[in-house]
Amino acid sequence: MSQTVIQNQDVAETGTKLDVELRKVFKVFNGETAVRGIDLEIHQGEFFSILGPSGCGKTTTLRMIAGFEEPTGGEVLIRGQSMANVPPYKRPVNTVFQSYALFGHMTVWDNVAFGLRLQKSSKSELQTRVGEALQLVKMENLARRYPAQLSGGQQQRVALARALVNRPTVVLLDEPLGALDLKLRKEMQMELSNLHRDLGVTFVMVTHDQEEALSLSDRIAVMNQGRIEQIGSPSQIYEYPQTPFVADFIGDTNLFQGQVEASYPSSLQVVTPNGLTIHVKLHDNGQLAPGDSVVVSIRPEKIHVSSGAAPEQMNYYDGTLKNVMYMGTHVHYVVELKSGDKVTVFQTNRAMALPSLNTPVQIYWSAADCIALSV
Amino acid sequence: MTSLPSPPRSKRSFSWQFVITLLMYSFMYIPILVLAFYSFNASRFSSTWGGFSLRWYSSLLNDSRILSALGDSLRVAICAVVISAVLGTMMAVGLAKYRFPGKGLYRGVSYLPLIIPDIAIAVATLVFLVSIGASLSLWTIIAAHIVFCLAYIAVVVSTRLTGLNPHLEEAALDLGATPFQAFLKVLLPELMPAIFSGCLLAFVLSMDDLLIASFTAGGGANTLPMEIFSRVRTGVKPDINALSVILILFSGFLAFLSEYIRFKSEQRRLRQ
Repeated sequence: MSQTVIQNQDVAETGTKLDVELRKVFKVFNGETAVRGIDLEIHQGEFFSILGPSGCGKTTTLRMIAGFEEPTGGEVLIRGQSMANVPPYKRPVNTVFQSYALFGHMTVWDNVAFGLRLQKSSKSELQTRVGEALQLVKMENLARRYPAQLSGGQQQRVALARALVNRPTVVLLDEPLGALDLKLRKEMQMELSNLHRDLGVTFVMVTHDQEEALSLSDRIAVMNQGRIEQIGSPSQIYEYPQTPFVADFIGDTNLFQGQVEASYPSSLQVVTPNGLTIHVKLHDNGQLAPGDSVVVSIRPEKIHVSSGAAPEQMNYYDGTLKNVMYMGTHVHYVVELKSGDKVTVFQTNRAMALPSLNTPVQIYWSAADCIALSV
Repeated sequence: MTSLPSPPRSKRSFSWQFVITLLMYSFMYIPILVLAFYSFNASRFSSTWGGFSLRWYSSLLNDSRILSALGDSLRVAICAVVISAVLGTMMAVGLAKYRFPGKGLYRGVSYLPLIIPDIAIAVATLVFLVSIGASLSLWTIIAAHIVFCLAYIAVVVSTRLTGLNPHLEEAALDLGATPFQAFLKVLLPELMPAIFSGCLLAFVLSMDDLLIASFTAGGGANTLPMEIFSRVRTGVKPDINALSVILILFSGFLAFLSEYIRFKSEQRRLRQ
């Protein structure tokens, strides 16, 4: 895990050329602020995701890069050029729409050739480039079909080919897999990832699906209520969330509100109103002093459950098993602690007999696995 | 091996629903069938059956007044529909695309001719034309017909527009098309079935209109419905029966065509 972090940081720091820059961008619609002053730097060749719940302003942000919306304030730059008053048809970006927006009266071939024809490409160039683009998405055999004769996944591929054929600086993807069923989604995720690696084009994807963002992206910006909460590599975002929102939104987590009771050079002691004492190892957010309000986040898969003797751990609690959910690869437990707090625990399924409800159990986790976030 | 018992109702040949349906359709279509029947009557008088004949159909072809009235009707319908097609499409697209103050009111006013009685349109147009001192002619009929043709076409086109993927135009812009190219190459082809079926509908209504045409027609202008009406005032002659049958078949064909096109394009959209 730590290796991945290092690799991703390398990509972020050596790729100094920026493809897309957003500087203090605001967008107001009819008095409602959708985007509240965001700054973004997207590097050349990066797979960058903007992740957030619906209505957080992520699609508006993408539309401002594409040129469908003009920022109310701030600036959008593509390859260092200001995009102020540059209409969408003059920007070096192409968009894959969530609804695909294929032209129903044209064949697959004509859909993909649309952009090149507008650029007045020569006939032979048109033939080769459209052919290549269709081959890239494995649609060369269906070139004569109309969009209505294609399945959702096939339409998705055509939409991708139509964007890629113009060789844009940046490909913008607006919830590209949102309309596909789960199996197809997984398949297309793999293909998107391969395409990105093979082509080396910058991808900017908007999604509300955190799993999709984690598995595909080099870096992720988590947005909430028009602001960026955190930007980082998938593992940074998952392992070291900087705000309670990010901890809660990405993956599952247990959150404990509390106050810092004692702070040491490398750890903290947090006490919740219910009287739970939690030891937290400090990472880089060392600015917490006794008395500060914090939220402690601990991922369910980092908690251990045992019904017998447990190893020495600083965070060790007695409780009763309140719920067991068998998920196949995992078993989800809900444990009610003596303090009344309910804790969710995930354990990999190791073919053990499931404990029955209301049995006393112990849970424990390492101080290094939980994280304290100031609120 | 046991087969399901068939529902008992299907065994009964006459249910009250069937009787009412039969009565309703008889009420609607028997007059037309009677008219069609007498159009093939060799006798001059509808009271007697003089044997099967096509003489009234052939006499229509030699009736120069009928033919010139048909010419006037076609001229009015084609001019009104072509002008309305352009204006109506622009109106529907404009209403769908732009936001401006008073849009709701504007939309309501544009579609008002659909519910205003023809007689009101006829009288209002006549009063207006007289007050501005316009001399009545074939062109005044065309102008009056544009009023309702425009509304019909705009309604059909805007229905199609609301069902259209809102991102189509953006996709075209994104791929490098100017707004004009996007309209011409993407939006217009997508709207074509609706524009065409709206035009057919407007065409039939224009061909059919007696009231507005007779109020706004100037000297010399005489549309087919006006000619028919002036003839039946002195008693129904068999050649009018024959003409009516032709008109019914023609309108029916156009209505069917318009509906078929709409259905086809709707189907294509739904599958998408």
